[in-house]
Formats: sequence, C-alpha cells, structure tokens
Amino acid sequence: MMALALRRLLTAVPTLLLLVTLCFFLMRLAPGGPFDGERSLPPAIETALAAEYHLDEPLPRQYLRYLGGLLRGDLGPSFQYQEFRVRQLLADGLPVSLSLGLWAMVLALLLGGGIGIVAALRPGRALDHGLMSLSLLGISVPSYVVGPLLVLLFAVGLRWLPAGGWQPGRYSDMLLPVLALALPQIAAIARLLRGSLIDTLRQPYIRTARAKGLPETVVVLRHALRPALLPVLSYLGPATAGLITGSVVVEQVFSLPGIGRYFVQGALNRDYTLVLGVVAFYGAMIVLLNFLVDLLYGLLDPRLRQR
Amino acid sequence: MSPAPVRPGWRRRGLLLALLLGTAQVAAAAPPSLLRIGNGNEPETLDPQRVEGVSASNIVRDLYEGLSALSPRGEVVPGAAERWEISADGREYLFHLRPQARWSNGDALSAEDFVAGLRRSVDPATASAYAQMLAPIEGATAVIAGELPGSQLAVQALDPQTLRIRLRAPTPYFLGLLAHPSSFPVHRPSLARWGRDFPRPGRLVSNGAYALVDWVPQGQVRLRRNPHYWNDGNTGIDELEFRPSEDANGELKRYRADELDISYEIPLLQAPWLRRHLGGELRIAPYIGTYFYGFNCSQPPFKDNPKLRAALTLAVDRAVIVNKVMNGVALPAYSLVPPGISGYTPQQPEWAGWTRERRLAEARRLYAEAGYSAAHPLEVELRYNTHDDHRRIATVIAAMWKQWLGVRTRLLNEEFKVFIQNRNLRQLTQLFRAVWIGDYDDASAFTDILHSRHGQNDMAYDNPRYDALLAAAAAEADPARRQGLLAEAERLLQADWPVLPIYTYASKHLVKPWVQGWQDNALDIHYSKDLRIVGRPAERSR
Repeated sequence: MMALALRRLLTAVPTLLLLVTLCFFLMRLAPGGPFDGERSLPPAIETALAAEYHLDEPLPRQYLRYLGGLLRGDLGPSFQYQEFRVRQLLADGLPVSLSLGLWAMVLALLLGGGIGIVAALRPGRALDHGLMSLSLLGISVPSYVVGPLLVLLFAVGLRWLPAGGWQPGRYSDMLLPVLALALPQIAAIARLLRGSLIDTLRQPYIRTARAKGLPETVVVLRHALRPALLPVLSYLGPATAGLITGSVVVEQVFSLPGIGRYFVQGALNRDYTLVLGVVAFYGAMIVLLNFLVDLLYGLLDPRLRQR
Repeated sequence: MSPAPVRPGWRRRGLLLALLLGTAQVAAAAPPSLLRIGNGNEPETLDPQRVEGVSASNIVRDLYEGLSALSPRGEVVPGAAERWEISADGREYLFHLRPQARWSNGDALSAEDFVAGLRRSVDPATASAYAQMLAPIEGATAVIAGELPGSQLAVQALDPQTLRIRLRAPTPYFLGLLAHPSSFPVHRPSLARWGRDFPRPGRLVSNGAYALVDWVPQGQVRLRRNPHYWNDGNTGIDELEFRPSEDANGELKRYRADELDISYEIPLLQAPWLRRHLGGELRIAPYIGTYFYGFNCSQPPFKDNPKLRAALTLAVDRAVIVNKVMNGVALPAYSLVPPGISGYTPQQPEWAGWTRERRLAEARRLYAEAGYSAAHPLEVELRYNTHDDHRRIATVIAAMWKQWLGVRTRLLNEEFKVFIQNRNLRQLTQLFRAVWIGDYDDASAFTDILHSRHGQNDMAYDNPRYDALLAAAAAEADPARRQGLLAEAERLLQADWPVLPIYTYASKHLVKPWVQGWQDNALDIHYSKDLRIVGRPAERSR
C-alpha cells in the first residue's frame, strides 16, 4: 500500500512538469502579447515593458527562468494585475474557490446520495421517475443558465440573497453559487448511485442478508451501500474536474474573487504567468485528488488492499 | 459587510464613550456613508503613472488630485493648484499650489512631487501607456524616446509652492491634461522606499479626497475619505467601494438587487427594457468616442481607391445601426471628430444632410466608377474582434452593401489580441473595426491618429498635406486659427475617405435615485467627492 502511494506520488512530478512545459510553449504560440491593446505603445515603452518582464530574452531562457522560480515557489508577476504576484492572486482566491468547491461537493454527495438511495429503493415507481427526470434536467442545464436564473429569483425578485460578491464569513454569499455549481453533480451522483444500488440489491448476498431477517435499513445502508459507492467514488475524479471547470463559469456569474475566473481572463489577456499558475495549481489538485480517491478505494474494497 | 479595519476602532471608541458617560447610546453615531460603484474590469494597477484602463483611472482620480481637476460638468477647474498664470506666448505655465494641500499621511504637498510625477510619466523605464500624452511639454518627446534623461523635461519647482512648466508650442488643452492621472504627483518617500510596488494598501499615500484602505483582487477596492485633503469638509461620502463587474448582465442584476449604487455600463440589448422600467435612473449622454471602420489604404482593394472607399461609406445607413442595433445608445457619426469638443465646430460632410436615396445614388455611381458592377462585384474582407456587438454591426453593414451595391463581404472575426496584431501589421487587413476615445477635450485628440507616423494609424493613411496641417495647428498660438487648421485637416480627411465613421459613443450608466450630484459630461469623468447619498433606505444598502 505504501509502495503504491509512493509510486503514485513520484509519477505526479513528471506529469506536472509536462503540463507546465506544454502550457508554457502553447501560450507563446498564440499571436499577440500581454501588452497589445486598442492603444498602441511607443517603441521605447514597448521595449521597456518587455525588459521589465524578461520577454526580450530567448524563449528557452525564459522557460528555465520560470522553472527556477517554480522550484522556489515563485510563480512570477502577473502581467495584467501589475500589483500582484501570481502566487498572491492564487493564495487570495484559494479560500473562495476551495470553500465553493468543497461545499458544492458535500452538497452533491449528501443530496445526490440521498436522492439516489430513495430512487433505488422503489425503482420504476412514480417517485423514481420524478426524481430521475429532475436529475436529467439538472445534468442538461448548464450552470451559466442556472446561475442567472437563481439570481433573478432569489436576489432580484425575492431579495433574500445577494446577487453576487463575496464577504469572508458571510454564508449567504455562498448559497446561490454553491447551489449553481453543485446542481449538475447532484444529478450525476444521484443517477450513478441509483443504478449501482439497484444492481447491488439484486446480488445473492443481499438476498442472504434479507433471508437472515435483517431490517431493510441495515441491508441497504450496511451491506448494499458500501459496494454501491465504488462507482460514485471513481466518479469523484471527474466530478472534481467538473467542479473546477464549473467554478470558472460560476465565479464569473456571481462576481466571486476566486481562482476560476483568472483562467479565462488570463488566457484572453495573454497573462502568461497567471495562466501557467492556474494550470499548474489545478493540475496538482487533480493529481492529488485522484491519488486520494485511489487510497479511499483501498479502504472501501478490501480486495484491493491485499494486492 | 464590515469595513473591517474601521469597525473595531469605531466600536472601541463607542464603548469607551458609553462607559465614560454611563449610557449606552453607541448607536447614536451615524454609520459611515458608503457608495458602491460598479467598476468594470479589475484595475490593473493604482499607480497613476502606469494606469491605463478606464476602471483603474476612475479609482486613481478619487485617490489623487492633479494641478487641475474637472467640475461635475467636465470643465477644467483648479485642483491642487489654486491658481495659475500663462505667459503671453502661451508656452509657459506658472502654477501656485494650495498652501494647505497635504498628502494622506499629513506630509505637505510640494511642487517637487509634481515634478517627480511628470518626470516619472515620461521616463521609458516607467513604461507608461500615456507617456505620449505629455508630449506638449518641452523635452518630453526626446525623453520618451530615451534620447534625453528625465531631468531635461522642462518642468521645474521654483519653490515648494510654485511650479513652472514650459511647452514646446502653445497647447490650449494643456490644463485639461493636468487632470489626467499621468500628470498626478508622486509621494517621493513612498516611491523611494517601495519602488514600483508602492500602490498597495498600507503603502499608498495619496493627495486626493480619498485614501486607499483595502484591495481584494476581483472583490473590491475600498477607499476612505482623506482627512488631510484640503477640501475634506466638502467631501460628501465617507467610504467608496469599487466592485469589479466584467459582465454587464451580471452587473445589472447586482444593481437591481441594490448591491450597487452606480453601474459601470448597461447591457445594450436591455436598453429598451431599462428605458421602460428604470428610465429615471438611466443616464445616457454623448461621450467623446467614435466607432468606425478603417480602410487599409496601403493594400488592395482600397489602395489609391478613394471612390470605392466613398461608395462603401455612403451606402451605410447609420440610422438603422444606431436605432436597431445599438438600441438608441449611440448617435450616428459622419466624421471622425465627435460633437461636443470645446471650442471646435463639428465638421459635418455635405452628404450628412442628403436623403438616403441621394446617398445611395451617389454610392452606386462611385462604385461603378471604381470599376465594380453586378457582373464584377467587389469581394472584401471585414475584420473585427470576436464580440456580439461587433458581429451584429458587421452583419448589418455587410447586408446593406450587398443589397445596395452588390458587394460580397466576408466577415472575419478574430480573438482580440490576434485582431490587434493583424490590424497593427497593416498587411492582411482590408477593412477593420476600430474605435477611438478622446483622452482630452480637443479635436487634435482625434485628428492626430491619422498622422502618417502615428502609431494608431492602422489605416496607413499618408497625406503630406494632412501632416502639414496638423503641424501648423500644433504650432499655432491663436486658438481660433488653430481650430480653423484642425477643421481644415478634418475636411481633408472627409475628402480622402480613409475611415468610415459609424457612430458616436454614449456613456451609459444606471444611477440610483439617492445618489445626488451626478452630472453627465462628454468625458464621462465623475469624481466621487462631488456626490452625495441622500435618503437611501437602510434595507437597500447591502
């Protein structure tokens, strides 16, 4: 188990290096630079700007300079947000994006799990059909549609919740964005768990458990749920990726100061270092979470532990 | 919403007071008034000499004050300088600073601070996007090009209260330039201590009506009144919060939910709805900016082909663009220089007064004379950067050309940075979207961009007579004669057709009824110190 974990961690290093390298050179292939704008700059000013950000150096040297900084934990200066280093922008945005993502994940697991179990217990009945139609809707409607609708209803119409913005510690700010971000995942997890739970409940050992006279709650929660959770667990990797890409949209819709919105804006502004920073960070997050999922797998499925 | 750095102090003082008096009337003190301003993009910096975008400039103008300032209606008024004298030849300005002017940390404001600011602006090492704006100052052009050191800029502090600036030619709009961030003063001890990292909370020392408190990227920039400001008694609002809002639709929702008192813009497509439902809060006013298409005069098919350029220009029905596409949030434009510039008579071409039929007849005649016909139609590429508004306008204009002249237009949209690069290179482009917003209130802010050597001349327009007229205007001391020369240059442009003017911009904001003191002006510049909050219901101030 430990050897597996160690091996996993070691392969993460070249994966991330490859990611950063690709991203670095792909960004430079895009035409235009960080200082091109509607107003053209005098040549002397352009030269001074290039020198300030080392853009006048040959590309390989810039690449090595960036890697050197990365080793020291320095992600470089942002080209667009001149008063901030990329590290600082990420550190400032992290609590927002992280709490958004975590709450959305918790909500998705609890609500999605609950719906999945309820639907699986009465497959084919009206309640099952109703819940599954709703969840189909949840998967199909993207968060950039759900978000503004939630705002129109709860902020502009009913005036219960703020339409956007973020004050640390004010939970009302989080409610709508978390809901908008979690909806597709709630739906996905509900459908996934329903399917796998129905399958599990048809297994012979469940029949045995029922034959022993165990109450239905024990049968479902103790004997059926654990194996039925395995597909949900493997879905957590893609779900994290979904939450990250979703946060790009949701943070924009709700004007949240998170990391997600830097991704698109950074690319449009040719803010090379900012995009690289976000990519490296998200890459590391996904690698780490997949690693954790692998470990959890071992805990849930005893067969894996013995290998 | 707790202004975190303020509250504890307030609370402590309040508690102390309550304890001393033995009463509990803490709530009697009015909470600080707060104005929440929708402010477009996240500011790139708050460094007055490096600031470029409109959003960041809005904040910087509340933080700092130049030698001159603008009134709520946009006229030049004294700022940090209480008065000035201009020499008879119009080339030497003597400014007298207000003796009571202070920095936000209490330091006295000195003429040297303005010298340092101006020198810093033109120093190539500062990489200021607006350095070129200070070109009228003697020596500036050479300093910007790196040929002379900054000390050669003809700006001198005669004593701590007096500043002398020499210009290379009389420049009637020069006082207006001094209200622009690039000529704001710099707090020299902060610059010496922090270098270019000074514009941050806890470091930034400013001389305007407000001081910086807090800056959360993508969250808000918070300012509080500067008690050392010479006119602090007349500052109407205690605290400002500039909230970024990149998306006009999202901003509108926050405005309607009472989370913003002033919006940065409005979504164009919502204009009719806003007129019906929020008419009293909608502020639409002419703005000195022109939206136009540029012809690349150095490449076929427009090279040496003014007749073709004229035909395409005449065939565009601007009323349709303004009313149907822009939903009335614009004015039709027939020339590059927009109306509303002080001391300048707008030069409308003769055809602006023609009927639509007459314009079309003339367009068809010129189109045929240029050698095109139904059998041999013009095929042209129209390039714009990817954006809904640009696409809608391009589609409508291409349809007009198709219908009235038979032109086959290929619409080409490119991502913004790609588009800008192609436009600057002047190789691939034939016809392209362009815009110019005047940085100061003068016709030359527009006519200059078509000078053969101007960096913004993506039309590659090159007419020695035009360049000579601009040079003559720049050297002319008599304001009336100068305006005459600029008008002549503009008429020459109209005869040469290097640009196809489409519409004049309008500033477009939503302002809550409890915000008082807001006045529309052509530069769309509004100092928060001139605003007041009167009668805002407490439940509508989240």
